[in-house]
Amino acid sequence: MSWLDGLSWFLLLLGLVFFIAGSLGLLRFPDQFSRLHAVTKADTLGLGLVVLGLSIQSSWRETLLMLLIWLLVMCSGAVSCQLLARFSRDAADAEPLISHQEPGQTANSTSPASAPVTKRAE
Amino acid sequence: MGLLLFDLVLATVVLLLAGTAIFSRNLTHAVMLFMAFGVMMALAWARLAAPDLALAEAAIGAGLTGALCFTALVRQPAALDSKVATSLLPICFVALITAALLFSVWQIPVSPNPALSHEVSVALPQSGVAHPVTAVLLNFRSWDTLLELLVLLLALLGAQQAQSSLTLYAGWSLSLSWSRLLSPLIILLTGYLLWRGAAAPGGAFQAGALLASGLVVLRLNQQLTWLSWQNPWVRLAALSGLLVFVLTGLFSLLWSSSRLWLEWPTAYAGAVILGIESFATLAIAVTLTLLVVGEPTEERADA
Repeated sequence: MSWLDGLSWFLLLLGLVFFIAGSLGLLRFPDQFSRLHAVTKADTLGLGLVVLGLSIQSSWRETLLMLLIWLLVMCSGAVSCQLLARFSRDAADAEPLISHQEPGQTANSTSPASAPVTKRAE
Repeated sequence: MGLLLFDLVLATVVLLLAGTAIFSRNLTHAVMLFMAFGVMMALAWARLAAPDLALAEAAIGAGLTGALCFTALVRQPAALDSKVATSLLPICFVALITAALLFSVWQIPVSPNPALSHEVSVALPQSGVAHPVTAVLLNFRSWDTLLELLVLLLALLGAQQAQSSLTLYAGWSLSLSWSRLLSPLIILLTGYLLWRGAAAPGGAFQAGALLASGLVVLRLNQQLTWLSWQNPWVRLAALSGLLVFVLTGLFSLLWSSSRLWLEWPTAYAGAVILGIESFATLAIAVTLTLLVVGEPTEERADA
């Protein structure tokens, strides 16, 4: 049983490393697209590793719930990442429209991003 | 030891996020920090063994309030410089409210009263539900919950007076189909939270907030165009929670054997509470959605 625990801890720590890498990328990368790339990809992988690590230590029901949460976060993350990237590309294309585009960007990007937060808590 | 460390870190992060959210010069940053504060606060409630509050905080504080603040920011006129308040009146008002809040916090006993929770657990079989929090909220102290619904309705009526100019952009096909794909799941979870509220953490506010988040996502993607204050059925839905609550209270006052305002007969208490909670969920969801999205004045079909 102990090597399973060891594997679980290894996966959890690996997931943490990806989370830290994603957050560092979000803070340090130069432009919006690479920041989005860093934070969505690395965090999704990190969450998957954390879920995998936790599922070793939990029952099958909890494992299924965590997998569902991971799936939802992954899809929502992908959609909201693409949405943000599209809006920043459009804003860069239409320079005079920039003040007109940005409100839509914030309004549209808020909810898909906040939806997984709501679900994660359950 | 490990959990103590976790609690210390959590408390520090909550305080730091609260401080930076208040003192941030950039309103967008302040909103983001406030959303992060909501997530951490939900964790804190979970650590304090208050799962009902944690659920509500995660759904409302971290999810909907963020969307609400962002749509409010969009409606702001372009440049809103945060200059120092020149009038004394607002400062006095805020100081007065703060003093009242501090005074009421001071009234809370340091350690919870064990006699009170004992009384609740003794009366629990007569409440019609098995979860003490739901029993307190919808039976023992239902008057408070009724007034909370009224406060929510007043907030909506107040917001209706303000001019709003929110522009909805036509949903991009992928976000549109994802929001559509999510909606059955959200409806299912709403029903689950509502039903579970009788026996476990959950209930009308959590379920309503969850449903509202789904409605807001759909609404921002230009779906559900009927969901506006102009629609009389939507107004009825926003009123329904309060209406059903008051009618049930009147019924209990006039016709039931106890003849007491908001006193449910023990045999039907479970059904009464479920009925009130169902309509309250609908009302809360519609009210919160209208608060966040309001009346979009212009809908463009491009983008």
